[in-house]
Amino acid sequence: MSEYTYINPKFEKEINEFSKKTLVPELTLNYDIKVRDFVNTGNASADIKLTLKRLGVSSPVLRRVAISSYEAEINITAHSKGGNIICNVYPEFVHIQFKDKGPGLKDIEQAMIPGWSTADDAVREMGFGAGLGLPNIKKNSDYLHIVSAENSPTLVEILIFYIEK
Amino acid sequence: MKLQKIIESVDGKILTENIFRDIDISGAYSSDLLSDVMGNSHQGEIWITIMRHLNVIAVASLAEMPVILFPKNFNPDEKVIEKAISENIILITSPYQTFEICGKIYNLLNKSDEMV
Repeated sequence: MSEYTYINPKFEKEINEFSKKTLVPELTLNYDIKVRDFVNTGNASADIKLTLKRLGVSSPVLRRVAISSYEAEINITAHSKGGNIICNVYPEFVHIQFKDKGPGLKDIEQAMIPGWSTADDAVREMGFGAGLGLPNIKKNSDYLHIVSAENSPTLVEILIFYIEK
Repeated sequence: MKLQKIIESVDGKILTENIFRDIDISGAYSSDLLSDVMGNSHQGEIWITIMRHLNVIAVASLAEMPVILFPKNFNPDEKVIEKAISENIILITSPYQTFEICGKIYNLLNKSDEMV
C-alpha cells in the first residue's frame, strides 16, 4: 500500500486538528459514479458546487472545489471499476472523499508527475488523460490524501477551506 | 471588453439563443486539453477549443468560463447546445481557425488596455 499527502502549510494546524477529531458534518452528500459513464460524469461535482454556492461560499473557492472534484470524478469514471463520492460540508471547509473499487495505483508519486497518464485513446480523444488531473487537484486543494495499491481500491480525499489565507 | 465586440471581430455566430450576453470578457484561453484548461484558465475568460462534446460544457461551467468559441465553423450537436443553454454557457462558432481567432481577440483586448 502506498500513500501520498499534501498539506497547504497555511492550514497545517487546522488540518492536523481535523485528522485528530471526529467532527459531525452539517451536511453529507453521496453520489454513485458509474464506470465509463462520460455522459453523466461531472454531475456530482456540479451538485457539490451548487450546494456550496447556496451556502454562500465565494466564487474563487467554488471554482477550486469544482475543479478538484471534477478531476477526481473523471478519474473514477475513466480509470476505475466504479465508485462513489462522499461530500461532507463543515462550517469552515468541505471534505470530499472519492472512493473507487480499483484497480488501484501502482505508484502514486509517479501519478503526481504532470504529464504521466495511463489513459486509453478513447479518453484522450475527449481531451482528458493529459496527466494533469492529480496535479490540478493538488494545486486547488488545501489538503490532498491518496491511499492506493495495485489491484486495490483507491481513496482520494481533499479538504478546501472557504476562507483563503 | 464587451462580448459583442469580440463576436464581431471573429465574425462569430451565436449558437445559444436566449442567454444574456451583454457581459464583460477579461481574457481568453485556448486549449483542447480539458485539464490544462481547468488548471490554467481564469474565471470569466472565453475558451477557444475544437472539442465539442458534453464534457466541454461541464468544464466551462465548473471553471466558470461563460463563453466557448469554436473555430472553423465547428458546430456541436443539438444535445451539447441544449446542455450549454441549461448551464448558461454561450456557444459561438467562427469561420476562422484557432490561430487567427487568438490573434484577433488578443489585439482587441490589448487595444482596449491602451485606451485605459
